[in-house]
Amino acid sequence: MSGTPPDNAAIIFDRLGKSFPKSGGDRVMALQDVSLTVPTGSVTGIIGRSGAGKSTLLRMVNGLERPTEGSVKVAGRDVGGARGSNLRAIRRDVGMIFQHFNLLASRTVWGNVALPLEIAGTPAGQIKARVDQLVDQVGLSALRDRYPAELSGGQKQRVGIARALATSPKVLLSDEATSALDPETTQTVLELLSQINRDLGLTILLITHEMAVLRDIASHMAVIEGGRIVESGPTYDVFAKPNHGTTRSFLSGVTGATLPAFVASRMTLDRPDGPAQEVIRVTFAGQHATDPMLAMLATELGIAANILAGAIEEIGPHPFGNLLLSIDAPRAPEARAFLERHALTTEVLGYVR
Amino acid sequence: MSANLIPILWEATLQTMYMVAISAVLGTLGGLPLGVFLATSQRGELLSAPWINKVLGLVVNAARSVPFIILVVAIIPFTRMIVGTSIGTNAAIVPLTLAAVPFIARLVENAIREVEAGLIEAARAMGATPMQIVRKVLIPEALPGITLGLTLAAVSLIGYSAMVGAVGGQGLGDLGIRYGYQRFMPEVMLAVVVILIVMVQLVQSLGEWIAARVDRRAARNRGH
Repeated sequence: MSGTPPDNAAIIFDRLGKSFPKSGGDRVMALQDVSLTVPTGSVTGIIGRSGAGKSTLLRMVNGLERPTEGSVKVAGRDVGGARGSNLRAIRRDVGMIFQHFNLLASRTVWGNVALPLEIAGTPAGQIKARVDQLVDQVGLSALRDRYPAELSGGQKQRVGIARALATSPKVLLSDEATSALDPETTQTVLELLSQINRDLGLTILLITHEMAVLRDIASHMAVIEGGRIVESGPTYDVFAKPNHGTTRSFLSGVTGATLPAFVASRMTLDRPDGPAQEVIRVTFAGQHATDPMLAMLATELGIAANILAGAIEEIGPHPFGNLLLSIDAPRAPEARAFLERHALTTEVLGYVR
Repeated sequence: MSANLIPILWEATLQTMYMVAISAVLGTLGGLPLGVFLATSQRGELLSAPWINKVLGLVVNAARSVPFIILVVAIIPFTRMIVGTSIGTNAAIVPLTLAAVPFIARLVENAIREVEAGLIEAARAMGATPMQIVRKVLIPEALPGITLGLTLAAVSLIGYSAMVGAVGGQGLGDLGIRYGYQRFMPEVMLAVVVILIVMVQLVQSLGEWIAARVDRRAARNRGH
């Protein structure tokens, strides 16, 4: 996205807030002071636990929810203030796919994809050409006359994607689109979304509770907790240097770096008296991810590190590793300095006797 | 049963079919939009109009509380205003229709409320107007339920039509009372009951067949 002017954002959330009235006159704050920019052409993922506000945030983009404070702009147009036909025009520029697909049981694959075009008042001849093309694009030509009840979950989501693309939107919203699918099907649907993002230059904003989804397709990400964005940035940077506890806990499930229970249960935050091991997390990024750092640590400094957990994988095109080590506490600072010198990130997690 | 009773039974059967068919059609014309409105006009819903919804709900409940035989005689002046007479088969269609509208409205309302909220949300996200959502999403998706509701309403109308003899509405029920009961002709009573049973069976089977044809919610063998 080099050369993109800074104001060329697909979606801008500006100090957005949303509260709901509660019995007793109080208000529940679903979102507070959310500011986030979704770059044009990016795949931006928002991760959060259920009830964190991510679904409300996503629904602000096409006006299914209205902000009580701040604003949402899509391609420069204010969504929160739009009403009637203005709002419907914005919605035609924003496609949406859903966790439970939300396909009409009474319509075939072809009929479901045609629905947004019928709603937009597209002439019948154009609808036919466009729907044929879309059904083909998502690989469902053979199933075009089937009803949703006859399709698998992955096929249903492909219909959902074709339907969302029908009116040639600029932005695609994905509401936990792979959460109801098995891991294999999830991969094929994510690949389809990536391909659409590349081929059409379509901006995708997705919400998920699975870090693996962000790792696989998101170029940018944000972490939401208690209605606030607690961390955001390019996915690789957030994975490499997570700053917030929530981000770390999401990451621990996906980077293969979870402390074994026998270590976690004995670990203390302060260094105990007497002999102890320091437990550190080492994050490998870029080209150093492939260097044999632990061997170098042993040969150059004579420090032995115990591997507690770890994994090396890819975020987009970049290799990315995450290792949990324990090192004899007196020599640990020396070892960390060595690793930092080689452009690795280290973090002290605690100590064990 | 003597042969000269057959034409009388046949005529009464036609009269019942006529009354039920016309009042079912008119009742649907009134009850379908009313049911759709009731299902979509509570606070925060598609056509949000909570006060009108409440008032219409009360009117529907009131109309459904009145026993049909009382409705028939209570609205005689209204019937005379509409069809010019308060006696006969055409006059009987007025109370039948008036009973059918709120009944069908509630059945349609229930069927529409069965449609998943996610489908309405998806249609809103596409930029659909409330009327487009009603026409292209709610009614097609609720069609199996609406069909079964209309079947139930038609069966009830067959039963109601037996009471319109009170205003000279004729038909099978009236025949059964006048010949079978008042003239002590049990064979006429029996014939009337048998014809009504067959009629209800046919309506029910037809309704279920149509409902199954329009129901695409479950996977099934595709008959190519």
